[in-house]
Amino acid sequence: MLGGLNTRVMMEYLPEIWQGFLATLFLSAASFAGAMVLGVIACALTIQPLRWLRAPAVVYVDAIRATPLLAQLYFLYFGLPRLGVVLPEMMIGIIALSLNSGAYMAEIIRSGILSIPRGQVEAGMSTGLSYLQRMRLIVLPQALRTTVSPVIGQTIVLVKDSSLLSLISVVELTRAGQRIAIDRFMPVEGLVATALGYLVLYYALKSAAGAWQVRNSIPGRG
Amino acid sequence: MFWFYLERVLGYWPVLLKGLGMTIGLSLLSLVIGVAIGFAFGIIRAGRNRWLSRALGLYIDLFRATPFLVQVFIVFFILPVIGIELSAFAAGVVALSNMAACFIGEIVAAGLKAVPAGQREAALASGMTRAQQMRLVVMPQAVRIITPSLVGQFVLLIKDSSVVSAIGLLDLTRAGWLIVQSVPNGLLVFGIIGIGYFIICYPLIWLSRRLERRSQAAFL
Repeated sequence: MLGGLNTRVMMEYLPEIWQGFLATLFLSAASFAGAMVLGVIACALTIQPLRWLRAPAVVYVDAIRATPLLAQLYFLYFGLPRLGVVLPEMMIGIIALSLNSGAYMAEIIRSGILSIPRGQVEAGMSTGLSYLQRMRLIVLPQALRTTVSPVIGQTIVLVKDSSLLSLISVVELTRAGQRIAIDRFMPVEGLVATALGYLVLYYALKSAAGAWQVRNSIPGRG
Repeated sequence: MFWFYLERVLGYWPVLLKGLGMTIGLSLLSLVIGVAIGFAFGIIRAGRNRWLSRALGLYIDLFRATPFLVQVFIVFFILPVIGIELSAFAAGVVALSNMAACFIGEIVAAGLKAVPAGQREAALASGMTRAQQMRLVVMPQAVRIITPSLVGQFVLLIKDSSVVSAIGLLDLTRAGWLIVQSVPNGLLVFGIIGIGYFIICYPLIWLSRRLERRSQAAFL
């Protein structure tokens, strides 16, 4: 089957695929930044004691986790103009992806912080460290080590999810591949080129996670 | 104004209901197939045949690396090229259960590896065959370990089923997309669609968290 692949057409569309690849990279990077900001805020709100501040964060995380990204994307795409907010599709896509991934990041960061054994904090207290010193010197360094791998895992999900933006006509990797399908009636070539682009991103992120894991794993705690 | 739109959206209840039925049916069918194949994948991945395990690992990685939307297009547009013509529903089930099998396979393999080697050796020492070791000793313990992640995976499966609306299958998301064409209030329409998904998914998320807490307690 792959023997019949028309590589000449694939080469011809290489500039467009490359543009799509860069667009996917940009969308993912921008959404990653947004997701981290939202994730840290939502996490901070869920672990602090004030109930009325905690409630909105919990509702946000649960509402996002229980609904599909595509429905969230359409919610914003068809809903924002209703509120008089007219944004380019790419902007809507970045907002939707950030909101979506932010909820998962919040959960990841939270479980990272909660995984620090209570004794560590108590040991810090008994040596006379203040709350901020305990956070900075004991909790966060350890939490960071266990959090980075799942954060990269979620970033892989984010990169793949960005393909859904093609459905609201944002031109990225998936959409660029569809150009070959539509212009030349060659869906196979288009999809193979698209899949290769995502494979590159996947293996880059996966090996980054692996390298981090090797260098920073805490002995005895995986 | 709000009530006017709400009435119009709810006037489309047959479409909404049909979409809901499709989402549930598609997810359940893919879940059953995906779990069956996924466990087989997991056993091979954790098994002793290194080359078979590596080949399968490569296959699984391919589907873990690419977006589900691309996989749906591959099943829907590439399989016909090699002579397999599928309806949109069949293509949805194939794509969804294949992806579920890949993710579940890795979960099952991790679960099998997490069972201490002494358990298998003890089973071997008491004269069990390899099939008996797996069925009676290793798998029951692995299932206990992986149940929370499996339930989490079911939630992902239900949510990913929304993507098959891209090939025209009338699921819950597609129903919303159709309704929003004639009722121009995206917030309301997709708010209702979101509530539909929430009702299906949230109990599972809750169950997954509960199971996780219980299994952590069991290992302390």
